[in-house]
Amino acid sequence: MEINLLTLCYLLGSVSFIVGLKMLSHPDTARKGNWVAAAGMAIAILGTIFLYSKDGVKLANYGWIFGGLAVGTIAGTLAAKKVKMTSMPEMVSLFNGMGGACAALISIIEFQHLTHPMLVQDNMYAAAGSLDGATLLIIFAGLIIGTISFAGSMIAWGKLNGSVKDLAFNGQQIANNILLLAIIGVAAYLTYNISITNYYWFYFITAAAVLYGVLFVLPIGGADMPVVISLLNSFTGVAAACGGFLYDNQVMLTGGILVGAAGTLLTILMCKAMNRSLMNVLLGSFGITAKGEQQAITGSFKEISISDAAVCMSYATKVMIVPGYGLAVAQAQHICHELEQLLEEKGVEVKYAIHPVAGRMPGHMNVLLAEADVNYDSLLEMEDANNEFKTTDVVLILGANDVVNPAAKTDPASPIYGMPILEVEQAKTVIVNKRSMKPGYAGIENALFFQPKTSMLFGDAKAALQKLVAEIKAI
Amino acid sequence: MNTFLAFLQEHIQIIYIVILSIFLGIEVIGRVPSVLHTPLMSGANAIHGVVIIGAIIVMGQVSSDDIPALIIGFLAVVLGTLNVVGGFVVTDRMLEMFKKKK
Repeated sequence: MEINLLTLCYLLGSVSFIVGLKMLSHPDTARKGNWVAAAGMAIAILGTIFLYSKDGVKLANYGWIFGGLAVGTIAGTLAAKKVKMTSMPEMVSLFNGMGGACAALISIIEFQHLTHPMLVQDNMYAAAGSLDGATLLIIFAGLIIGTISFAGSMIAWGKLNGSVKDLAFNGQQIANNILLLAIIGVAAYLTYNISITNYYWFYFITAAAVLYGVLFVLPIGGADMPVVISLLNSFTGVAAACGGFLYDNQVMLTGGILVGAAGTLLTILMCKAMNRSLMNVLLGSFGITAKGEQQAITGSFKEISISDAAVCMSYATKVMIVPGYGLAVAQAQHICHELEQLLEEKGVEVKYAIHPVAGRMPGHMNVLLAEADVNYDSLLEMEDANNEFKTTDVVLILGANDVVNPAAKTDPASPIYGMPILEVEQAKTVIVNKRSMKPGYAGIENALFFQPKTSMLFGDAKAALQKLVAEIKAI
Repeated sequence: MNTFLAFLQEHIQIIYIVILSIFLGIEVIGRVPSVLHTPLMSGANAIHGVVIIGAIIVMGQVSSDDIPALIIGFLAVVLGTLNVVGGFVVTDRMLEMFKKKK
């Protein structure tokens, strides 16, 4: 029996992925868990490079392999180190797309490899036997899933950084489904009837899968991208597992399937946090379908000046800050922390109320505020925050809208009806910082802004906070 | 039917791994707090970068005069590495923010 250390490497790799994921889902061990998984990955990769052999032949082309690893490592580290905290979701999407593309490229090479004898002998019958249906099926699966994940992730990336706009046309869902069926149909046909006259349809499938990935993500709104990225993340996991099947490689198989399953569950958990179903997100119906009989909102809103807001907050006993998307966009987390410290020095109790889906991703606000050194203990989750609003004097809302819209509780016709919200209207005074009266992502008016206890402080979150800080210092 | 059974028999180990991994993947992150959703997604994203191993194997088996395949393989290795290295570093940066202040 040939003794092979590689088996041990793969075993260590697989176990480390499981342990790593487990540790990643607990706050205390998360950071270590990430490194456990990374160490397992390193063992598996190095093991493959130096120990892998097939039929007694070791790997060749070390120059190319190490060159690729070096380029990828340098570019990856630089990109990951330089990216701003607010652009994190984009980065994850981009890396996910890279993985998907990698899986697709593997399938392309393997396909060429498999069909090569057929082309050289110029005789489809001579070579047909060398093609194994199961292998071909896996190659197609890896190609299609990997390509969709790649194209979808690129669109998601573009949407998050604002370079790609939402696009939906009538019958888009039907067109998408027909396209997907066509892809699967052609792939299935080729699997059993491949020959020299039709093998090039493989490239048609590749192109169609790119198109499908694009059309799949295009109609989905920018604020739902986290869910989409999470879903594409699990797609890439499955594509990686296809590679594991192809090479009978256990670490790729376990790693891929693990991420596929965990990613799917995570996607569902994210949807639950927004009180929506996955289908609802994917159909992109938010703000499009729910029209008509919503309660009309009438009345006027009042503005508050910076100095009034400053006085109001300085003499309060308890201030609750509700950060939202606007804070993330304006990169206002540091100045926000400064305001908090300033108020605390004046003896005001300051806390943050974090809605589960505030910002661009679940948990995004926590990451942002932690970056600005905000104490972890002053971040309240939704339920705790809702218990404290009754005793709060001033609520300062920074660029959040839908997560504080009372229509979610009171108006059954509203598209966000049923979503859990921060019940800020229980506090004595509410100050809302927004850039304009424009509706939030869900495209609906917010009755909160028209309530007598609410005043509006218009302007960019960062600029407004800077003025506020200066004003409070002067008091 | 027979082909299906034969397929099942031939790959039974793999099929077991797949089924057990699916349950494991669901169980292992079952009770993650919403605060950790983003880092966990990013960490999982890095783990599926394991596809790089496939790219390395492909690359190592391509004959050294097949330039197109070498180029595609090289690209695959680069992209896979980006996914792995970038994924783990980004996740670490996110989690670094969570450490308790004292």
